[in-house]
Amino acid sequence: MMKFLKKFYIYIVLIFLYAPVFVMAVYSFNESRTSKKWGGFSLKWYESLFHNEEILSALYYTLIVAAVACIVSTIVGTISAIGIYSMSGKVKSLMLNVNYLPVINPDIVTGISMMLLFGFCSIRQGFFTMLIAHITFCIPYVVLSVLPKLNQMDKHLVEAAMDLGATPAYTLRKIVIPEILPGILTGALMAFTLSIDDFVISFFSTGSGVSNLSIYVYSAAKRGISPEINALSTLMILTVSVLLAIVNFGSNKKSQEKGDR
Amino acid sequence: MKKISLLLAVVLLLSTMLFGCGDNSSDKPTLYVYNVGTYIDKSVNDMFEEEFDCNVVYETYDSNESMYLKVVNATSDYDVIFPSDYMLEKMIKEELVLPLNHENIPNMANIREELLGGSFDENNTYGVPYFYGTVGILYNTQTVKEPVDSWGILWDEKYADDILMYDSQRDSLGIALKYLGYSMNTRNKDEVLKAQAALIQQKPMIVGYFTDSVMDMMIGEEASLAVVYSGDAVYCMSENENLAYAVPKEGSNVWIDCMAIPKTSKQKELAEAYINFMCRDDIAMLNTQEVMYSSANKNLEADLREEDWSDNDAYFVPQEVLDRCEFFNDLGDFLPVFAEAWETVKASK
Repeated sequence: MMKFLKKFYIYIVLIFLYAPVFVMAVYSFNESRTSKKWGGFSLKWYESLFHNEEILSALYYTLIVAAVACIVSTIVGTISAIGIYSMSGKVKSLMLNVNYLPVINPDIVTGISMMLLFGFCSIRQGFFTMLIAHITFCIPYVVLSVLPKLNQMDKHLVEAAMDLGATPAYTLRKIVIPEILPGILTGALMAFTLSIDDFVISFFSTGSGVSNLSIYVYSAAKRGISPEINALSTLMILTVSVLLAIVNFGSNKKSQEKGDR
Repeated sequence: MKKISLLLAVVLLLSTMLFGCGDNSSDKPTLYVYNVGTYIDKSVNDMFEEEFDCNVVYETYDSNESMYLKVVNATSDYDVIFPSDYMLEKMIKEELVLPLNHENIPNMANIREELLGGSFDENNTYGVPYFYGTVGILYNTQTVKEPVDSWGILWDEKYADDILMYDSQRDSLGIALKYLGYSMNTRNKDEVLKAQAALIQQKPMIVGYFTDSVMDMMIGEEASLAVVYSGDAVYCMSENENLAYAVPKEGSNVWIDCMAIPKTSKQKELAEAYINFMCRDDIAMLNTQEVMYSSANKNLEADLREEDWSDNDAYFVPQEVLDRCEFFNDLGDFLPVFAEAWETVKASK
């Protein structure tokens, strides 16, 4: 009985996680526009997706902004985390709280204040301002995921390295970074997904015809979201799954080879 | 760890490879068009670019309110915007839109006369109608056998758990006000409170307040009655032939989405050319066929009457229906009364 419950539980969790994705994928092949009617199998939404310049340009900006924001915020965030880690006393707690503030702040406040700031400096909004906004709201999350790893790190490792003659830069490269790498990568992934997800901040910080996928979807919602979006999401999920499969397959092979030796 | 970094690298590479850097900068003038999402046939912009040798930068928003915020803060040099009647009125009051030079917009002669000179912009100094429509009841003729001619049917116990209301402050309170025989633009607090009470009394009977999901639910026959915009009704009726649309005899709201030039514009003449272009018969036809909302252009009727989806009273709003409907006026400082009443309704059980 216990075993059954255990299995039942995990299945329920999996169903709730994956059923929506599955339903969406199925309806991307629906001939009819509405999700209440099955009009027969068709690839027409995939075809029109690749002719829809608005969606494609939104996808382009989404990925570019996410990638650049991810890289820049990871670098800045990691450096800041190392800095905060080596501070102490009041300065450290001040810095930590300053870092928490954007995380706790509702998106709408961040978004509007970004818009006002850009307006105040009379910067014309567009790709660049959206990128800056994304980098800004991603940094605190990177800091927050790197700091615990720094705290876990054995302090004596760094001291030992320096004692043995390593320069600070060499210690950073060979000791600190490898030790906190899992935290950095978590932060980078967080930044990437947060950037892809974000609507509110993007909406208020962009302009001049630049919009990302979430802005496109929200704007289109008034008149019902076209199944082209289902098609696009299906393709994105497929790409990610295939990439994950390839990467996993590759590394399994490698570890097996290692085991054989 | 390596896996993830590899994954990120591949995604980055793919994304840059797939698209490459666009942004074709040239000496051509650039027109910034800011429209509601999916409210245009996009090929129209390409045609305009070709005819007028310019670049059209097209951006979308989700509601009048967010568009207003972006224009107030002059975040971009928007040249053409598409505000609804009440929003245009507000923007005129706040001097956020520029007066049009009508000599540059001769195609305004194509606009249905009844839509010109609305109280929100009496001489159409600032806006040219684009799409218009009414708010009414979409119902399923299989389950609703009696004639639908009054808002009262939304308060009929017979249809308990079969009614979808529209999740919008002005629309829902407006319906209740009309049902009680008042104006949708009332400035009388007692009337608003009575409307509030009517909505609270109705609330146990309705399935809920919805926005865009109403269309799918009605097409899927999950409910019998729904409050919808006429343009959405046209689309639903084209998908499910059991559906019909009616504007109750007590009257309703008629709305017009206009084209206007915000003060952020740096290309006023080109913007006027764009508005003129949108009023051209062939362009208006393309747009209405894509969006399925009622075009403000009066010359399309003969052609559209031949098509199944548009040959009905939901698309061609009859004169007598227009006569009993009213525009929303900007409520100004009376708005908090509406807002409070609406919050009370939404919070009640």
